[in-house]
Amino acid sequence: MSARAALTCLEMVELVTGYVEGTLVEDERHRFDAHVSHCPDCLTYVEQMRLTIDALGSVPPESISAGAERALLRAFRDWTREERGNATDPGPRRGI
Amino acid sequence: MDLLETQPAPEDGRGEDALVEALRMGDESEFAALVRRLGGPMLRVATSICGDRVVGEDVVQETWVAVVKGLDGFEGRSTLKTWIFSVLVRRAASAVEREGRSVPFTALASAEVEAGESPVEIERFLPADHARWPHHWASPPRPWGPSEQLGSAEVRREIESAVEDLARMQRAVITLRDLTGFTAAETCRLLEMTEGNQRVLLHRARSRVRRRLERYFAGEQR
Repeated sequence: MSARAALTCLEMVELVTGYVEGTLVEDERHRFDAHVSHCPDCLTYVEQMRLTIDALGSVPPESISAGAERALLRAFRDWTREERGNATDPGPRRGI
Repeated sequence: MDLLETQPAPEDGRGEDALVEALRMGDESEFAALVRRLGGPMLRVATSICGDRVVGEDVVQETWVAVVKGLDGFEGRSTLKTWIFSVLVRRAASAVEREGRSVPFTALASAEVEAGESPVEIERFLPADHARWPHHWASPPRPWGPSEQLGSAEVRREIESAVEDLARMQRAVITLRDLTGFTAAETCRLLEMTEGNQRVLLHRARSRVRRRLERYFAGEQR
């Protein structure tokens, strides 16, 4: 155990993101582990934060609408034609 | 976790060079695949920053124009995905600044961080002068059991609504990190914020979403 005072539950809820992210300094991490190992309520809290993160990660984004996709494809065709036009066209064509 | 990586895609190395080359040549099927893969996450990120779906849609559209016109300048120092999102975030930030706020976008994070906020209501803890258990739980969290359907459509809607209600920069950070799968370092670069601010905003955002779920599950029990 660290020489510093044991962590309180109030401190735990502030440190939990650093704990989950792995950014706590060693001493803090030890105090965190020591607290959670004998505080079932805080263990529940840490578990709920993990479940929350997983749940956030499983919300799928809306997919882009078919109409918007078609509009983008049409625009892409125009943009690239323009680009190629600019790159290869040396100027007004002479009659070939 | 990373939604952008769930579909097979040439993310790096030769695969990505080939994709960029195909796009430069005007390959429409590659462009369509890229739009389908990134379009949804892009709209979500733009909307989170702008706080408005319609503005978000405009930002996505502007971004594709800029990406296609800028492909020749893309040097592959980051992945194509990161480059596209950096264009997107810059455009979204400009849209926020155009709203007529006096604060530049990059100052918003610090302003939110300084506002202060506790992850759990202070009343749920015993007072500091409690004889035996100062600052320990007075009203501890009730464990979520298997009945709490975290994957259900209703819970997803609750999560989306909780994220939507967050302050702008909290919403931007949690959307990039947890919903889109960017790392802390990538998120800091995209939003031009310090690692410390990123962590504080992520912490508050996740804590708020947890509280919303806790309240939601408690309501269901009644």
